[in-house]
This record gives sequence, C-alpha cells and structure tokens, in this order.
Amino acid sequence: MKLKFGALVLMAALTAAGSVRAEDPATIRLGAAVSLSGKYSTNGVFTRNGYDLAVARINERGGVKVGDKTYKLEIVYYDDESTPARGAQLAERLIQQDGVKYLLGPYSSGLVEAMAPVTEKYGVPMVEANGAAISLFRKGYKYLFAVLSTTDQYLKGAVDLAGSRSADPSKLRIAMAFENDPFSQDVREGVTEDAKRFGMKIVVDDKLPPDLNDMSATLTKVKLLKPDILIVSGHEKGAETAVRQIADQRVNVPMLAMTHCDSAQIAEKHGKIAEYTLCAAQWAPSLSYSDELFGKASEYAALYEKTYKEPAPYQAAESSAAVQVFADAFARAGSLDPKAVRDALSQTNMKTFYGPIRFDETGKNVDKPTILYQVQDGKYVVVYPEKWAEAKLRTPTPSWDKR
Amino acid sequence: MIDNLLLLLQNPSFALDVVLNGLLAGAIFALAAYGMSLVWGVLNIVNIVQGELVVLGGYLAFVAMGAGVPAYFALPLSAAVMFGVGYGLYYTVIFRVVDKDLFISILATFGLSIVIQQLMNTVFGSDVRSIDTGLGSFYMLDGAVTVAWIKLIACALALVSGAALWLFLRHARLGQAIRATAQNPRAAHILGIDTGRVYAITYGLNGALCGAAGSLAVMAWTIHPYIGLPYTVRSFMIVVVAGLGNVGGVVAAGLSLGALENVAGFVLGAEYQIAFVFALMVLILVWRNWRAARRRTYLS
Amino acid sequence: MIDLILDRVQGIPEWGLLTGLGLLALVAPFVAPSLATQLAFLWLMVVFAQTWDVLGGQLGYNSFGNVIFFGIGCYACAVVQRDSGLPYYEALALGLALAAALALVAALVFGAALLGIRGHYFAIATLGLGIAAGEIAAGWSYIGAGSGLAMPLYPGALGSRELFFYFVMFAIATGCFFTLRWLYGTRFGLAMNAIRDDEDKAEAMGLHTTAIKTIAWAISAVFLGLAGGVAANMLGFIDPRDVAFSGATFGVWMVLMAILGGKGTLWGPVIGAVIFHITKELFWTYLLGWQRVALGLLIVAIVLFFPQGIMGWVKARQQSRAVVTP
Repeated sequence: MKLKFGALVLMAALTAAGSVRAEDPATIRLGAAVSLSGKYSTNGVFTRNGYDLAVARINERGGVKVGDKTYKLEIVYYDDESTPARGAQLAERLIQQDGVKYLLGPYSSGLVEAMAPVTEKYGVPMVEANGAAISLFRKGYKYLFAVLSTTDQYLKGAVDLAGSRSADPSKLRIAMAFENDPFSQDVREGVTEDAKRFGMKIVVDDKLPPDLNDMSATLTKVKLLKPDILIVSGHEKGAETAVRQIADQRVNVPMLAMTHCDSAQIAEKHGKIAEYTLCAAQWAPSLSYSDELFGKASEYAALYEKTYKEPAPYQAAESSAAVQVFADAFARAGSLDPKAVRDALSQTNMKTFYGPIRFDETGKNVDKPTILYQVQDGKYVVVYPEKWAEAKLRTPTPSWDKR
Repeated sequence: MIDNLLLLLQNPSFALDVVLNGLLAGAIFALAAYGMSLVWGVLNIVNIVQGELVVLGGYLAFVAMGAGVPAYFALPLSAAVMFGVGYGLYYTVIFRVVDKDLFISILATFGLSIVIQQLMNTVFGSDVRSIDTGLGSFYMLDGAVTVAWIKLIACALALVSGAALWLFLRHARLGQAIRATAQNPRAAHILGIDTGRVYAITYGLNGALCGAAGSLAVMAWTIHPYIGLPYTVRSFMIVVVAGLGNVGGVVAAGLSLGALENVAGFVLGAEYQIAFVFALMVLILVWRNWRAARRRTYLS
Repeated sequence: MIDLILDRVQGIPEWGLLTGLGLLALVAPFVAPSLATQLAFLWLMVVFAQTWDVLGGQLGYNSFGNVIFFGIGCYACAVVQRDSGLPYYEALALGLALAAALALVAALVFGAALLGIRGHYFAIATLGLGIAAGEIAAGWSYIGAGSGLAMPLYPGALGSRELFFYFVMFAIATGCFFTLRWLYGTRFGLAMNAIRDDEDKAEAMGLHTTAIKTIAWAISAVFLGLAGGVAANMLGFIDPRDVAFSGATFGVWMVLMAILGGKGTLWGPVIGAVIFHITKELFWTYLLGWQRVALGLLIVAIVLFFPQGIMGWVKARQQSRAVVTP
C-alpha cells in the first residue's frame, strides 16, 4: 500500500514541480534555459542580462501590441548547467509543464543543438542569439531562428585579410588550436573551408580539451613549425590562456586571430601583450546601427553598462535583439498562435541597434556581417570588414624581441 | 602522430622545452597531491573536494592581490586562510566520514565539491581569472626553451614544501603524532594523542597545501569555479601511482605525470592528452594487479 | 504510524504490489501526458540504480565506471541510426541491439582486465576508465568528436514521441527488474553474495570468482547499453562528456540512488531512484541558482546519515521491534 501511496505522492510532486502558474491575461511568457552555472556561466549570465534588459525596456515602453490588445513580456528561466542533457529536458519542461509557447535560445551551439529538436517537435518558435554552429541550419528546422551570424563567418575575415594581403596565398601556413566543443569545432570547420579556398596549408590542428588550461605543448609545436597565421578558439578561457602563454613562450606569428577576446577582456587584463590580436565579434558598440527601442549601438552599450556595471559584451547585445525580434513578430502576427508567430518570424526584416535582421529559409540571419577587432593601443578597434573599419589593420605582428 | 614524434626528435631543444614545461606543471600538481596523500594516509579519506580547495585557494590569492597585497605575500596568506578552511571543514563534515568506508568518503567529499563549486560561482562570479605576476620568462637555447619564472618558483616551492613536510612528519612532535595516528589511531589515542585534533590539523594542512597550489595555479594559468576536477583527478592519480605516505614518490610521480602529459599532448594531439593520462592510470593498476596475482600463484 | 504503514505494506502479497505499481505506471503517462518525459527519465534512473547495485550491492564491488556502458549504448545506437539508411523504427531496433551487444562485449573485456583488482583500487580504476572513455569519444571524429552527435527526429505524430519512449524505457526498467529478481534467487545470486561476504573463502570453495563478477557486470551492462540507446533518442543530442560518459552526473547519481534506497536489496535502488529523482527535480525548479548547493548538501546528508539506506533503515526498525515485542 505504501508504495502505491508513494507513487501517488510522486505524481503529485512531479506535477507540483512543473506547476502551471496562473496566467496573467496581459502577459506573454517566453521560456529560456540559460547556463547560470557550469562552464558557460559567464556567457549564460550575459545572455540573461541581454534578455532582461530588452524585456524591461519593452515593458517600460508599454509592452507589445498584438491585435488591439497590449501585452507585457515575461521570461521563465531555468539553469541548464551548461550541459546539453539538461537543456533538452528543460526545453521539454518549459513547453509541457510550464505551458510556454515561445522560447528564447540558450547559450552555445551545443545547447541549441540539444533543444532545437524539442522545439521543432512541438512547433514552438525559438529565437536564439548564441548558437552559431552552421550545422544547426542544415537540419531543415522550421521553428529555429538565429539573430547572429553563423560560425563559418567568425574568423573568415582573418583568413580573408591574410589571403588578400599575400602575393601567393597558397604559400601561407595556418596553425589552429580549437577547444573540443561544438562551437569551436564548428568554427574550425569554417576556417578549414576558407583555408582550402585560398589553398593554404594547415600545419597544426589541435583540439584542446575543455578543462585544459595549459596549451604550452601546442604552442611549442607552433613555434617549431612557424606558421603565418595562428587561430585560437575556446571561449574566454581559451582566449585568456592563449594570450598569456603566447607572450610567455614568445611565439612569433605574423597574425593571431581568436574568438571571445573582448568578453575575456584581454586588452584590459593583459595590456601590451594583447596588442595586434585579432578578435572575431558579432557586434561592437562603435557600429552605426540603431533602432527606436535602444537608440544607437553606443546608447545600448551605455544603458547596459549603467544597469550591470560592466561593458556591454556582444553576447548580451544579440540576446536583447532576440527579444526585439519576438516582440516585432508578435506585433506583426497580430495573434499569439505559435504557428502565426512563426510565420511572422520568417518574414522578419528589421533594423536593430544590433544590426539588420532578416532570416533565410533555414532560419539564420543573412543580413548582418561579423566584424573583426584588432587590439590597438589597448582598445578594440574594428578593422574588418572595410565598410566598418575604424582603423587600418596593423600587420604583420612584430616579433617579440621588437615589441 | 608520427610526424609529431619525428618533429620532436629532430628538434631536441624543443623536446626539452616540452618536457621542461611539463615537469614544472607537474610540480604544482604534486603540491596538491601531497595534501591528498596526507589525508588519504592519515584519515583514510579520498578527498574529491581537493580540486575545489585548490581553486578556492587561487581565488583567495586573486582577491588578496586585488586588494593590493603583493604576490609573495598573497600566497602564504591564502595558504593560511585555507588552513582555517580545512580545519573548519573537518569539524563540520569530514570528522563524520573518518571511520567510515572509503567509498562513503568519496561520495561525501564529492557532494562538498559541488557545493563549493556553486558557492564560488555565486561569490566570485564565473569569469576566468588569472594573475599576472609581471615576472616574465627567461629563454635558453636561442629561445627554443622558455621557462616562465613563476613556474620555476612554483617548482622550487613545491620541492621545498615537500622537503619541509617530510622533515615535519619525521621530526616534529606534531608530525610524529600524525604518523602515529595514521599507523594506529586506537593505540595513538590510548597513548594520549588527541586523534581528533590530529585529524583536524592534518586536514587543515591539506587545505594550506591546496591554498599554495591554487595561488600558484592562478599565477601560472587561469582558474574559474568549475576547473577543480582536473586538479582532483591528477592529485588522485599521482597518489595512486606513488603509494601512500611517500613524499618522495609524490614528487617523482607528479613531475613525471606532468612531463608525460605534455609529451603526449604534443605527440598524440591535445585532444588525447587527458585520455592518455587516465588510460595510463588504468593500465598501471591492471599491471600491478597482474603482478600481484602472479606472486600469489607462485606462493601457492 | 510508520510502523503501522510498514506492517500494512508487508501484509500485501508481492504480486499484488507489482500489479498495482505496473498498472499505475501504465496509466501514468495518459493521466499526466505533460510528465511523460519526466517519468521516462525516472525509469532511466531506476535502471541506473538497479544495474549499479548488481556489482555495488550484491557483489560488494563499487564501480564508478558503469556510465561507460551507457555511453557505449548512446553512441552505438546513434551511429546505426545515422549510417544504416534503414527506416526509423528498424534503425532504432538494430541500434538498440548493437548497443546491448557492444556494451556486453565491453563489460566482458573490461571485466576480465579489471575485476581481478580488489577493493578501492577497483573503484579508482573504473573511475579512470570512465574519464578516459569520455575523452577518447571526444577525440574520435567518426562519432562526431567534441561536437557531439544529433539524433534523427522522431517521425510519429506530435505527443506520440514521449509516450513511445516512455514505454520503451519502462519496458527496459521492468525487464531489468525481473531479470535481477530472478537472478538474485538463483545459485548464481548466492555465489555473488558469497563473494561480497568473503571473496577468499568463496574462491577457496571453488567458485570462479572473476568469471562470476564479469558475468554479473555484463548483465548490468546490457541493460545500461539499451538504456543509453533510448536515452540518446529521448535527449536528441549526445555530447561525449556531458551526456554519454558523464561520470560527474549520471555516474555519481547511480551510486547515490542505490545507497539512498539501500544497497544489496531488490527494491532499494528502485525506491532510491524515485526519491532522488523527484527531490532533484524539485530543487531545480524551486532553488534556481542554489540547486547544486542543495544537491551537494543532500548527497552529503545521504551518505553521512543514511549510509544503510531506506531498506536498511526499515530492516533495523523491524529488528528492534522484534526484540521488544515478546
């Protein structure tokens, strides 16, 4: 008897765990599972900050008008702990137990990869801002939209810059050190393709384990083989480790490019040794994009800094943009039916402070370019693409004995 | 893979660089492993929370330096505070697992480790932290061999603390009490040794060693709240290979683990670096067992 | 009050209990369809705890590496579904068969190599093996390396996927339960317990201890492999370290659940898994940001104050009463 009773308690408890809160008729609830703990938690917090900032601003301005009714926005959060297993479960839980009909994306490609099949199955539109892996957009998902540029774009600029400046690009040799996680491995694929296009040769191709914080073996290899370009990708830890150890070991490469160096604050933390480094970024406060909600990109950055007491990383900016995209789609759909919202999303064509947003049939944003910063005199200066360049590229990087 | 091996063999000075950097990294692991060996030997506890104590020690040094404390003082400060943390941890949780099965202690300290992880995430934030000591590096053989001063200091410090620990256990009154308790807690207790206090001091000492290792780690590399596990598993592996109560063995195992790991990372590619280390540990255990089994057969 | 309930439970014949619970499990996903996946994970946890207890509870060999067989199952099934070119259900069936087969082979190989190692060093060796397996999977590009593998989408109608996997997982859990229930009653089960109680004596009595240990491990590996294949499909995505070979989550949980319920008993792991899973889900919902602190404290509390588990506690209580009442 007790066991039967226990089973009933179990059911009751599980129901309570996913209790559907009484729905306020005048709010639209968006669901989000972000990494508040685990290896992606720095970026997970940026993501949440970005979402919150946009929701607060939209609600301040009166909310979203759908048909003839005005709604406020609200986000239901869970912590996915940076693991895909948790992410997939939480997506299901948000939809099934919390009754959420629209999802904002998690942080990182691996997590989006885990959640997209779930949202697709239930026909719940998901607008994500932090999963850039190109493989996500080859699966034919209909309910997945990404405001950011895909991974193949991240370091394309660096390869392009090197290739276009060289008399014979096929002579160039590339060394790659990428963290062994879905995001960085996808960036790697993009770089490999770009290198092939120019006929460049890849001489080092190391995959760094996520919990490794020493890359001296890889750097010794780089030192020995003297490539023309060194490309590193491994979230903040990778950027930080690389900048430090390259200087420590005096590894001379004419061009060093990486991801996540602005959020790792390499220029602020490391000063001179970070000079000349190229950083791939989705967005910069200095770009001249603007919209009604936040104003100019620089105004968004100022607002963010005022609210969270730290400079605005692009991860937050793109997350805010994802909320804007949803708000825009709700208004245009004139209905809260997920299918109608999805159709409206696919027709998105808007200008935001984060950049233009227009989705192709696979759901990726095709209108916004990525940019490359270079650390120049302690500042992140946009050097690529030409159209946005604030300064000329400083190249080649002088050898360490001349710095 | 073969290419990498050839590359290394053709450039002995670079090979030296790979080995040397590995050795120096191994010294920091050895420092944390002393503590684990001590706790394992004296309290019979496999301390899974070791890595988190190392990271916590690193954060303390980071915070101290942020408050203007110079690096050479931040390290002992962090070690001292970590002694207190270890001492306190003993009287809150650890004392309950001392006389329990080893397996229970593994799970209990694992539980502690996830508590400390999330607390560090809440208190210190999730950003990757490191301290630039500004000491720089020195270069040998045409710049082929690079040695960061901080790593060299770390290595020297690890060796000195190893020697000090050995002397302490051998000659100091308290050290002798610790050894006596390790050998036979009942007898030690009967002879008037306050075994509870000895355990607490041992665990505190472990905390101090972790504090020192962590301070060095944050100066030589980077830390963040979830990076503890590599330190735990490496200490663990070092102790397993070295055997208990063997300070010299810990030094040797730590240094060679570091060197082997770095060479493996170079030759096999970084992706197999950790797999190699663990596969090696399993093989050592299997081999030991096989040898012991053979001896058993001969005896019978 | 507690004693009264315990007496009542004891009064019910086991077949009645099993039928009651079985019926409840069969109607549960229809009564609460939104919980179907949660409940399927509950069955996964039950499989984890039960299979861990074969070695950990019945044989006295504490393994931290059982998650290897789960991981092998995940990948075996995923690769078949990716490469076989068969329709969904056929590919899934073939994948699960291969998952079980590979897990079995792996258990035989690792068992022969490791199960001669006694005591704590066995626990350490399996821990090392688990980590190494995850890292090797993360380096092997045929199975997606660090990028992981995405599983094919379920072809059925909306809502049917949850029910389908719920029942598959339920079938594995019940299959596992009845297999073990039968096994523990045989001579083989007695031999397992003999090894736990005194391995040297058991060996002296002429038992082939290593063979028995290896076979026992292989039996649990088969169910873990199957569960891995199904779990991979439920999750939709495999990451080498965080899903397939996740020693720090699944690997530790399986041990905890068995201990919580009571090692070395048939019902203990089942009860432990149910309680642990529900508690964990409640933490994740109501303690956002502190859930891991709560979980960690729970783990410490379980092993410190409850090492004999719920079944052990019940037994001790009955014994103490038996002494008092004449």
